[in-house]
Amino acid sequence: MATLLIAEHNGQELAPATLSALTAAQQLGSDITILVAGNDAQAAADHAAQCEGVSRVLLAQGDSLAHDLAENLSELIVSHASGFSHIMAPSSSVSKDTMPRVAALLDVGQLSDIIEVVNDSQFKRPIYAGNAIATVTSSDATKIITVRAAAFDKAAASGGSATVESIDAPADAGVSSWVSDELTKSERPELTAAERIVSGGRGVGSSENFALLEALADKLGAAVGASRAAVDSGFVPNDMQVGQTGKIVAPDLYMAFGISGAIQHLAGMKDSKVIVAVNKDEEAPIFQVADYGLVGDLFDVLPELTEKL
Amino acid sequence: MKALVAVKRVIDYNVKPRLKSDGSGVDLTNVKMSINPFDEIAVEEAIRLKEAGKVSEVVLVSIGSSKSEETIRTGLAMGADRGILVNTGDPAIEPLAVAKILKSIAESEQVGIVIVGKQAIDDDCNQTGQMLSALLDWPQGTFASVVDIQSADKVLVTREIDGGLQTLELDLPAVVTTDLRLNEPRFASLPNIMKAKKKPVSKVSLADLGLPENFIEPRLIVQKTEAPEVRQAGVKVADAAELIDKLRNEAGVL
Repeated sequence: MATLLIAEHNGQELAPATLSALTAAQQLGSDITILVAGNDAQAAADHAAQCEGVSRVLLAQGDSLAHDLAENLSELIVSHASGFSHIMAPSSSVSKDTMPRVAALLDVGQLSDIIEVVNDSQFKRPIYAGNAIATVTSSDATKIITVRAAAFDKAAASGGSATVESIDAPADAGVSSWVSDELTKSERPELTAAERIVSGGRGVGSSENFALLEALADKLGAAVGASRAAVDSGFVPNDMQVGQTGKIVAPDLYMAFGISGAIQHLAGMKDSKVIVAVNKDEEAPIFQVADYGLVGDLFDVLPELTEKL
Repeated sequence: MKALVAVKRVIDYNVKPRLKSDGSGVDLTNVKMSINPFDEIAVEEAIRLKEAGKVSEVVLVSIGSSKSEETIRTGLAMGADRGILVNTGDPAIEPLAVAKILKSIAESEQVGIVIVGKQAIDDDCNQTGQMLSALLDWPQGTFASVVDIQSADKVLVTREIDGGLQTLELDLPAVVTTDLRLNEPRFASLPNIMKAKKKPVSKVSLADLGLPENFIEPRLIVQKTEAPEVRQAGVKVADAAELIDKLRNEAGVL
């Protein structure tokens, strides 16, 4: 048994989600190799080599890997798949794009978004927007797994001394090419890694009013999230969306302002340690999952909270 | 070019699923079923591409029990041209098997673009489109929020990624999976619902597609399905000051 963990990184270091996936990999009890791919990823590979319990780091650098194109990245993973019983990655837009491709090329199924490792072939994963937890056994020779980062603690990024081995980047598949990125700039912590999140819904009313949430978030060192309603109304960009179809988060503190609590939203945040809900409507479903609920106008409560903290 | 759109019959997204008491799964008897919301967006996009003159015909395919014909009719009423129902009976089929069936249809129909939803809201897998793309050896544009067919052999796809948006240029034929913000699906009018009843839906079996029956056998066996842990009931606080006090002294998160 051996596990290949596909790293998510920014070129300099591993993403926190990768460290969570590493914890899941460690629970399998097998030998762990981390694959770091990119066009400039030496530093990230060195970081991976220091992680606890990692025996080997494979570093693939090349232009074909510059923008995580699924066609090229899946080719790379498949060409190094032999010998591995498990191929894992943290659930992210890159792995959701790439890993099912890897699975199909290897003619095996995929376990998406696992939240628990039962044993080396049995895993738990949420279905129906988190309204049910399925325990699933895989009969495939190679198990392709994406890991819900919020469900696992981060492994220590120290104490290891793996060797970094360079491998060739694949040739460009030549069927897709990167045109542009339009990334949201933010000084605040990244949503999926934040310990505190201040989130707003339709009740916030406008893009301008989100400044009130941002003020509180800055006071708390928190990330700012949103419900689908807030995104669809154009208040904030879609990468801030928390829910079944957006980001899945589990911070220590999740504060929901003007969010009713539709099941699709709850699917993305109900594993938070402490949930606070502020809503005018005392019947709002969000109060059923909130540890602390405050029935009131968020335009009164938000400035007061920001001032008193 | 022809567009192929895959549609799945799932529990309606507004329904809170009930678990069977024996842990064998979610109880779907007498539950409202609908077209998977992401697939509705896929149908809408294909129809818009046809209205823009980029696509000549929109073909829908659904795989499952005979009841999936209703799901196909929903898409036909929105404006798709015809349907294909691959009748595999009641058992749930995994994305890999679905992708293999879709591959067979995409090839025999000689489609130029396949559009599928990014994930089904029942199994939450988010795999089928990518698997299909891999099996066909076509490029993929997943989580699309803009699909812009430039010519007979190029499509620009803007994708929703962690951190923002990314635009890719793909060679056609290609597979596209839809994200929520791609479009706002239209409602079918009553006359169109009536007309949709007359549109052709061909019914095929796995044998008709030259595929062996055993190939829908699951690779992943569901041992049990249980309810998630229930959160302890919370308390209501009177004002911001009390909230801060609770968070600081009771919950210890400030």
